[in-house]
Amino acid sequence: MDINNIPAEKFQFATRTDLYHDSKFETKPVSYFQGAFRRFCKNKGAVVGGVVITILVLFAIIAPFFTPFQPVYYDMVYAYVTPKAKLFANSNIDFWDGCRVKNTSKVGYLKDLALAKETGREVIKNGEYTISEDGSNYTYRYDTYYGVGFGKYKIISPEEFNDIQRYQNETGRQVLYPVVKFSDRPTLEKNKYDANIYYKVENPNVSTLRPKLDKNGDIIPNYWTYEEGDFSGLMAEYNSLRIEGENGFEKDGKQHYYVYGRKVDGGIEVRAEYYEYYIYQHNEVLKDGIKEPLFLFGTTQTGKDIFACLAYGARFSFIFATVVAIANFIVGVIWGSISGYFGGKIDLFMERIAEILGAIPTIIVITLLKYHMGTASQVLVLFIAFFLTGWIGMAGRTRMQFYRFKNQEYVLAARTLGARDARIMFKHIFPNGLGTIVTSFALVIPGMIYSETSFTYLGIINLEAGNITSVGTLIAAGQQSIMANAGYVAFFPCMFLVLMMLSFNLFGNGLRDAFNPSLRGTED
Amino acid sequence: MYMFKYVSKRLGLMLFTFFIIFTMCFVLIKLLPIPTNALPGQDPEIVMKTLEGRGWITNIREGENGVWYYDRVPIFIQFGTYIKRIVTQGDFGIVTTYGEYLNMNIWQVFVSHLPPTILINIYSTLIGVPIGLGLGILAALKKNKWQDQVINIFIILLISVPSIVLALMIQYVFCFKLGWFPLTMSTSDEYFTWEVFRSMLPAVFALCLGSIAGYARYTRAELSEVLTGEFMLLARTKGLTKKQAILHHAMRNSMVVIFPSILSEFISVLSGSLIIEKMFGINGVGGLYLNSITFQDYDFFMLLSGFYTLVSLTAGIVIDISYGFIDPRIRMGAK
Repeated sequence: MDINNIPAEKFQFATRTDLYHDSKFETKPVSYFQGAFRRFCKNKGAVVGGVVITILVLFAIIAPFFTPFQPVYYDMVYAYVTPKAKLFANSNIDFWDGCRVKNTSKVGYLKDLALAKETGREVIKNGEYTISEDGSNYTYRYDTYYGVGFGKYKIISPEEFNDIQRYQNETGRQVLYPVVKFSDRPTLEKNKYDANIYYKVENPNVSTLRPKLDKNGDIIPNYWTYEEGDFSGLMAEYNSLRIEGENGFEKDGKQHYYVYGRKVDGGIEVRAEYYEYYIYQHNEVLKDGIKEPLFLFGTTQTGKDIFACLAYGARFSFIFATVVAIANFIVGVIWGSISGYFGGKIDLFMERIAEILGAIPTIIVITLLKYHMGTASQVLVLFIAFFLTGWIGMAGRTRMQFYRFKNQEYVLAARTLGARDARIMFKHIFPNGLGTIVTSFALVIPGMIYSETSFTYLGIINLEAGNITSVGTLIAAGQQSIMANAGYVAFFPCMFLVLMMLSFNLFGNGLRDAFNPSLRGTED
Repeated sequence: MYMFKYVSKRLGLMLFTFFIIFTMCFVLIKLLPIPTNALPGQDPEIVMKTLEGRGWITNIREGENGVWYYDRVPIFIQFGTYIKRIVTQGDFGIVTTYGEYLNMNIWQVFVSHLPPTILINIYSTLIGVPIGLGLGILAALKKNKWQDQVINIFIILLISVPSIVLALMIQYVFCFKLGWFPLTMSTSDEYFTWEVFRSMLPAVFALCLGSIAGYARYTRAELSEVLTGEFMLLARTKGLTKKQAILHHAMRNSMVVIFPSILSEFISVLSGSLIIEKMFGINGVGGLYLNSITFQDYDFFMLLSGFYTLVSLTAGIVIDISYGFIDPRIRMGAK
């Protein structure tokens, strides 16, 4: 608009009715916490951090209810079983399917092939494999669940033998497979009880057993057979599913049968396929809610379920850190406000105590407590150790806030009006410093979880005694598994730790910026 | 003169704190039952006599079935003997339950394990400080440009990823998958050969990544604050080039805050990191400490606890004192 030529009709006298001296604000008043919340929401990183924290906390709360496994559960047979999710197991995607890439010689391949043939399971995923150029190396995706096969020969009681037969008849699932006659087995001790070798081998006296192949290149079974009516006392009575059909097989015009159990001292020696046996064992005998061997995050060196351990460990970590943080908060706030409010000699004295306590390395406190309280109450040891030195930081921060506010005019006014010390401290000063103090509360929790993780990793604290475990213990197990090429053992706990630290840092920084707009962008 | 008074006051306070912690530690250890069980192959009489000779127990006598009876010496008399022996003979006791070093002089075992710990930390400081400072300076000079943002993301990641995970990743990727380094540190005594140096490198990297991030963040914050100061504008108007102004005015001022922390890091190279030492199998003080805890070798535990406490206390006051020496403003202002 041209300022020099403003038309005259635009100028009008303001009438009296146009004058408003004190109009009410149209907008709603925004309180300190509302403002802080609004500022917090503008910070994308902090919101994402908050969401991730919520997810992790939900995981820690809910996951233990959804897994039948417990931290105390272990099964050495299913050690180093890779992660398997139902969703991917039945698809053709080579991911999260309980398989791992196996690089082996021809003998190793034939062994797996023999296992696959007998049980009808996909030990070798899709039966696909690649051979290296010189033909010595076979590479394929090996199913760690089915690959366990039969494990060792198992000696079970006659009652269990009968019960498995009943179970087989009811469900139609083949648990027991024919055994090999003791005299027909390989001679070396380590191979003699290996139930995966059901076939004829070229030389039974050597350590590496090479399967004997027939003209078609197939494996020749080496089962223990008996002619009809020629049942010996060593064989166990068997009236259940037979692998070649209910009626045995014909040979030289006579009916032959396979033997499914060998009577030995203390029971019956059987070849039980571990996958089916596991299902039988957990559904029929133990009835502990475990339906089938399916470990979402795989298992450790000792066959512990990582998912359950992580979920229980995370739950423990969160509960523990929160409880300790609350205890530290209460003591720290009270200590810091007394020290900061009264100042002078009291302050000096209290500061010295805090200084000396703070100078003791936590590891010394934990060790001394552990020596005195024994290994039974490790959680209590951890709690006392973190509590003993943890409140000092909180006390320092509260003290700072009190120093900041205690000489302001409104405090003086309150004092003049006759307010008592306690009222001034907790009604007038403390609420003003609350923002800063709450922020430090949020930043203390990841630090606490991390030190708890470190101490369990170092093995100074061992929580495994009481059906709890810790992320640190899992990481220590994961580190040992590196040598076994089982990186996934360390992966999940590390992932948890990284996500938690990262999101707590973002969240805490967001909180700090929101509560103290003047500090925005500065470090620490 | 004032500085002398200040330093001696701080030193006195530190020693006082140290003495209290050390005494508390000693008393709490001595309240525990004395481990008098002989290890396999050890003569119980020798064990008892050793304990008597060290002044922990007195009046030993053999009862039936090889059970030994003894009276405990009052704790403060024990403490007196302990301190006297340290001061007059430099004798911290002998190893009693830590099988590997049984009956050896604790101080000698301790000193023989210092070099790996110190070396690893010195290497990591030597690598970490220049890189950290460099990144911080670059980020401050290019503030809010893409270089700064990249460095910032790098810093946030390094600070948030715990060192335990970082070390594990380094071990998995560089030592196991790629096979560039051995999985754990070599146990050889010749620390200055290439083989041993190579086996130290993963631990050095794991250690220095954290300090790189710390220094970069610190330097960036300090320098970018100094750069906005009015004296920087004055320096430029006087005719100094940007480089001169930054090197002589901005850097020197920001160093006032950064240098003490570098100094304290050099002090704490002595103590190192327990986690890194355990993870990379370093035959240093950390492993010794953890084992002395497991074996309940109390004299060993006392020495190492005192050592760790002393190192952390010293590192703390070095920061405070060096401020006074570095910054003339603090020195003058205090008079």
